[in-house]
Amino acid sequence: MAELAVDKHVKYILAVEKNKDSFESVVMDHLRMNGAYWGLTALDLLGKLDSVNVDEVISWILKCQHESGGFSGNIGHDPHILYTLSAVQVLALFNKLDVLDIDKVATYGSFSGDMWGEVDTRFSYIAICCLSILCCLDKINVEKAVSYILSCKNLDGGFGCTPGGESHAGQIFCCVGALALTGSLHYVDKDLLGWWLCERQVKSGGLNGRPEKLPDVCYSWWVLSSLIMIDRVHWIDKEKLVKFILDCQDVENGGISDRPDDAVDVYHTYFGVAGLSLLNYPGLKAIDPAYALPVDVVNRIFFSG
Amino acid sequence: MHGRPRKAPKPEDEAASSAKAQKLRALQTQFFSFHHNKIYTKEAVELSAKLLEINPESYTAWNYRKLAVEHYLNLPDCNPDSIKSVLDDELRVVENALRQNFKSYGAWHHRKWVLSKGHSSIDNELRLLDKFQKADSRNFHAWNYRRFVAESMKRSEQDELKYTEDMIYANFSNYSAWHNRSVLLSALFDKKAEGFLLKEKVLPEEYEFIHQAIFTDPDDQSGWFYHLWLLDQTVTTDSPLLASSWPGHGSDVLLVGDRCYNGSAFSPFSALHSDSGSFPIVLYFNQPVRGVNSSTVTVECGFNKNEDLLWKPLSASNSQTARVWVAHLKVPSSDLHSTVEVSVGHTKGIISTRGFEYSHPSMLSFKVHVQPMERDSSQVSVAESISLREENFKVYGKQSEESIIDSFDQLIIKNGRETTASNWRFEALAKEIECFRELLSLVDCKIGKLTLARLLKAYDAMSYPFANKLVHSEEVLELYSDLMKLDRTHYQFYKDERSIVLLQKYKDSVSSAICGPICLRLNNLSLSRMGAFEKLLWVEMLDLSHNELQSIEGLEAMQLLSCLSLRNNKLRSLTALEPLRKLKLLRILDISYNQIGDHSIDTTRYVCSSPLSHSVGSELNRDETVTSDVALINNWEAFYIFKDFNLNQLDIVGNTIADEKFKSVLVKIMPKLKQLDGKLLD
Repeated sequence: MAELAVDKHVKYILAVEKNKDSFESVVMDHLRMNGAYWGLTALDLLGKLDSVNVDEVISWILKCQHESGGFSGNIGHDPHILYTLSAVQVLALFNKLDVLDIDKVATYGSFSGDMWGEVDTRFSYIAICCLSILCCLDKINVEKAVSYILSCKNLDGGFGCTPGGESHAGQIFCCVGALALTGSLHYVDKDLLGWWLCERQVKSGGLNGRPEKLPDVCYSWWVLSSLIMIDRVHWIDKEKLVKFILDCQDVENGGISDRPDDAVDVYHTYFGVAGLSLLNYPGLKAIDPAYALPVDVVNRIFFSG
Repeated sequence: MHGRPRKAPKPEDEAASSAKAQKLRALQTQFFSFHHNKIYTKEAVELSAKLLEINPESYTAWNYRKLAVEHYLNLPDCNPDSIKSVLDDELRVVENALRQNFKSYGAWHHRKWVLSKGHSSIDNELRLLDKFQKADSRNFHAWNYRRFVAESMKRSEQDELKYTEDMIYANFSNYSAWHNRSVLLSALFDKKAEGFLLKEKVLPEEYEFIHQAIFTDPDDQSGWFYHLWLLDQTVTTDSPLLASSWPGHGSDVLLVGDRCYNGSAFSPFSALHSDSGSFPIVLYFNQPVRGVNSSTVTVECGFNKNEDLLWKPLSASNSQTARVWVAHLKVPSSDLHSTVEVSVGHTKGIISTRGFEYSHPSMLSFKVHVQPMERDSSQVSVAESISLREENFKVYGKQSEESIIDSFDQLIIKNGRETTASNWRFEALAKEIECFRELLSLVDCKIGKLTLARLLKAYDAMSYPFANKLVHSEEVLELYSDLMKLDRTHYQFYKDERSIVLLQKYKDSVSSAICGPICLRLNNLSLSRMGAFEKLLWVEMLDLSHNELQSIEGLEAMQLLSCLSLRNNKLRSLTALEPLRKLKLLRILDISYNQIGDHSIDTTRYVCSSPLSHSVGSELNRDETVTSDVALINNWEAFYIFKDFNLNQLDIVGNTIADEKFKSVLVKIMPKLKQLDGKLLD
């Protein structure tokens, strides 16, 4: 079986961070904050977070903060809850949450993405996760949030982005994660959802996001972390999934792609590494399935004096 | 980011990419200048359209366009025609963007936002949706948008149902269409709409329909989950029912000093201490309910006031909903023989999570006999530790098989009214069983076997308790064994299902398992999971050793447990012991030879009550002396799990985590522990 090409992936991630001039990079300019979270968390799981310049990262992050308390995807863009969570997560990685005015960020936390009111269970998860990391979950009406998430529960046990929306592994991760963080997992029919999730594993060993779709490494995170949170991960074949993820590596140039022999990107590199961590792959730090941060980072937030 | 082939970059590609990048960056810089300076001229707005056409994910540009629209709509000279023109422009920009990426969240949201301004017709939107459906019938953005349009423009569920039918006939492999169908049918059932009032009329047609999908291509998953939903609709009664209780109806409860027994056997075991002078009443429902309290459940007995009883749900901390509810009845310490009557649901208030009321008021009664303890408990030597060895199990005398079986039946409440009215359910199940047997005779397929197993289980569950045996359990066990070979990827799923069936039927081979009225041996059964708790409420000593349990989910229902062996199983973390926190009578626990400490990923991390999940009762009192001694960050699992236990005896050897350092932490967390790994503590 192939092995995880740790050094190659580290080199790849660091190179992506520096390369700002390719067309791809410009097209994704608006979500650089997410990119920072994917790249840096992957580096931490690989044990190489110290390869980056902390101060540079933090100073750039703070430049992305707006009056309203929210963070934008990059300098110049509007704030949005998607990037606010990534910013908070990256600061948590570096144990630098103290640079934030927590009240300010907490008031930005709303359940719509931003002032334009797009409603989606992704945003419910994001608000809950973000405020949990900042230890001020009491700033929102948790019962109402849980209620909305449950209104998106489907008859197949899964969750969609809005009430009636088809079950999709990404949305399921967000909803199950939000329920986990609010002590509400008892509302999930674990056997029903567990079966739906375990049937995401296809013959090649990879996981898809919904029935009759192609497998993709990013689902190694969303499906897998959901299975772990509801304690049903033993219903898939873990070894086959490890093999699938490793087959998606570009062992020459570094990076991981969505499927074997496709182009790599930092998004799939992160999800591949995170998935391997959840599968107990040796040499990787353990990742928390709900906060999507290394376990030692999460434990530090909740259990240190 | 998805589906692009991996190619080594050629120099000309890189140059072209760089040039494109520069152009886009220039466009973006110009756009920012307009946006930050709030410039909304025609030229500026056109620029944002160009940007979005190249990059529909540039969310700031969508925000800008909304601001521009609002700017125009607020101009003094605006009129219906100019408004229409502005909004038409927006719809055109969205269509162009979607052509570039029909999964763009930003584009779809913008369209919804424009529609909220009250423009465009339902025909227009449906035409657009048809285009997208043809391009990709699984595009969930399009389906979501369709639901949004249908609702805001008041299209009927029946019309939408017809649409799903058309989509499915075009291609059975359309999970999105089946999903939408289930949402619509569900709504029509709830509304009791005309033509959908009787499930027994609607479901047979749906079964015919879904068979076409499943039988055409058994490997295609699109129909599997819809069929499971139909089965659930056929089998599940709306209103919740009481499935079982402890004490059982018509039973005798004997309390001797501080122990209690069901039946007439008597044990000399007295080295345990328990909550003084009380015993639990356990109600086990067939689905989670809320609203169980001293108004909806009344307990009449000579020695306790009903209003004083506090009913608690046995569920994770934040919940007021549970399948199992318990209250503790205090008994006086003097001699007593009394009858207790428990009335459930004579007052409204017990409601299931789906909103249905408990509608079959039931009553159970049992007798309580109290015999005060003869020995002074302070004389009891700590050395009289109880272990779950063979001898102890034999001590408790042999009951005749018949009387044991009878007492099981007493536990299961007979819900007479419901079963006679549901012939259509039996018929529907019987027909399905026939269809799937036929399928399996033609094709040896996984969904055939799995569905047949589910159908047979459902049939048995509906026939019980009037049928004395679970007729199909052998066949079901064989189906799961077949599946474990046929679909090795999901081996553990089938094994878990099989374990539950094994537990459901154990009483058919009763004599080896039951050793007296309070003990149960379930070892060496390759059990990977526990279940059938409604039949196990009476158990006080449980031997689950030498199995393959990696979870004890549901065990909290066994409120009488005082002795539990999980030795030689596959428990992977301390958090997996969460269900035991609710067992107030547990004094002896053996978790030796498991895998606690072997794995870096904890799959029950969020199932246990801790600050990570903001669970009630997990708040930490930072002044507690224990936490100053115990480094919480390294031992939080042990702390949160064990701090509320009341164990006398614990065995933990054979787990990677159980080194001397850890054992000393445990002793600090549980100061009342008397014995650890066979060693007496002072």
